[in-house]
Amino acid sequence: MNTSRRGLSFYLLGAFFALFVLFLYGPTATILILSFQGPEGGLTFPMNGVSLHWFRNLFEQQAVGDFGGSFRRSIALGLMVMVLTVLFSVLAGFAFRRRFRGSGALFYLAVASLIVPSILVSLGIGLFFNILGLEPAWYSSALGAHLTWTLPFGLLIVFAIFNRFNPAYEEAARDLGATPWQTVRHVVLPILLPSLIGVGLFGFTLSYDEFARTLMTAGSFNTLPLEIYGMTTNVTTPVLYALGSLTTVFSFSVIGLALLGLILLRRHRLRRSGI
Amino acid sequence: MTLTAETSRPSVTAAAGRARRPRPLPRIAPYLQAAPLTVALLLFLLVPILTIVAVSFWDYDSVRIYPDFVLTNYTELLTSPVTWKTYLNTLKYAALTWAITLGIGFTVAYFLAFHVRSTTWQMVLFLVCTIPFWTSNIIRMISWIPFLGRNGLLNSGLISAGIIDQPLEFLLFSDFSVVLAFVHLYALFMVVPIFNSMMRIDRALIEAARDGGASAAQTLWNVILPLTKPGIAIGSIFVVTLVMGDFITVRLMSGGQSASIGLMIANEISLLQYPAAAANAVVLLAVVLIMVVAMLRVVDIRKEL
Repeated sequence: MNTSRRGLSFYLLGAFFALFVLFLYGPTATILILSFQGPEGGLTFPMNGVSLHWFRNLFEQQAVGDFGGSFRRSIALGLMVMVLTVLFSVLAGFAFRRRFRGSGALFYLAVASLIVPSILVSLGIGLFFNILGLEPAWYSSALGAHLTWTLPFGLLIVFAIFNRFNPAYEEAARDLGATPWQTVRHVVLPILLPSLIGVGLFGFTLSYDEFARTLMTAGSFNTLPLEIYGMTTNVTTPVLYALGSLTTVFSFSVIGLALLGLILLRRHRLRRSGI
Repeated sequence: MTLTAETSRPSVTAAAGRARRPRPLPRIAPYLQAAPLTVALLLFLLVPILTIVAVSFWDYDSVRIYPDFVLTNYTELLTSPVTWKTYLNTLKYAALTWAITLGIGFTVAYFLAFHVRSTTWQMVLFLVCTIPFWTSNIIRMISWIPFLGRNGLLNSGLISAGIIDQPLEFLLFSDFSVVLAFVHLYALFMVVPIFNSMMRIDRALIEAARDGGASAAQTLWNVILPLTKPGIAIGSIFVVTLVMGDFITVRLMSGGQSASIGLMIANEISLLQYPAAAANAVVLLAVVLIMVVAMLRVVDIRKEL
């Protein structure tokens, strides 16, 4: 407990925490190191020289699949999912601040969306398109499949945001004669903006990494996770690790850029408010 | 406007403010605002699930599927010993993963919430835990291969330390590696909600327990654990439903030697036996829903938001 002296339990729990972090990061660090294997190196240690061979190999024409195309599709899909997730969940968040008929049912539908196994969403949308005679594609059926995963998360985050939101700001805006739209545009949205960046980031990364929901819905062109999955069954060289390292670095850059954006935004606001 | 002062409920505030607003929002506004979410979920969740239910009664042969009403998909599924064995195996994965992630999640969250004192450090360490979540699941799975393989880090380490003579074969492509990967992928889903619940516990209660003469263990058992139940329930729902429906982890980490319901469905899909896959999916959905409803009896999650 929060006694002034740290007891044995603190150090035991601290050690447990350190082991947990090692468990989380250890394997990923291993493939990061192994992706720099020499040209003769294999999938395991020891390192057989150090080189960028497998990264170069990745960008050459692959025997299997289309790495560049699937990467571009994943980014485009992630961006679409991001925009729709922010838009839909914020709108719904506004709706849930007031009473409306069916709000309970909609809430449970959103929660159900989180617990329905991904393979079912994949199968259901695949069959639905099949019966309608539509061709599944990454920008239609896969987009919908990803939204069933990102929208409930987005909605839950928006709920949390509105719970902390002080309605006094809106009251003040109304008292000064602002129309509802002006209140939202000039008061509510600027206050929510940092959290909305968080929702968008969440939506993008969830979609960028989604595999099971894309399986039956991507149509004839793969997204990156499908491509990686294909490689796990075919490829037995460290080029797989190079791809893993590269996509991991990309994920982290996206998060880093978003965090940087948040910091700049905050600094900009502080400067504007003259502090 | 005393009503506004007394309560912070946004809906009541909006109702109270309606009278003096220059241009009140029309009654229809919340319906318009909720419409995109509703349409997306109806179109891509509810309708597809209804499609699965419908197709589970259809007939099929090796070429195509036929609209019909037959129960053979269900009778074949439920009378096959393979189904029952696969369900048992999947439940075993779910139970093991649940127990291990709960142990880890509770301990990690307890350390962060009650033993790390400064809020800054709490947030930093919490972020450290969440970062691996941003990496692709498949990448995180394959990253175990150089670690657990026959010539992997663990085996060569144990051999050079003189603990074993032969590489341990059970490390990779086994139930062990499947559960290990599940724990690796989903421990965070347990840490976050439990940490969230723990952070909401009023610290005065802990003080009161200590002043009342409770030991740290008694406080943990009688105060913290009961108040953390909602977080535990939410984490458990996540972990159990993710494991029950999984097929990719089982296929990759067992090397195709173990089965799960999700994998069974995925295999039926790849063989184009859609009605059989649909019947299997309906049964899986029913089982998952029963498990979730049982867990929700412990906690009202709407109160947690």
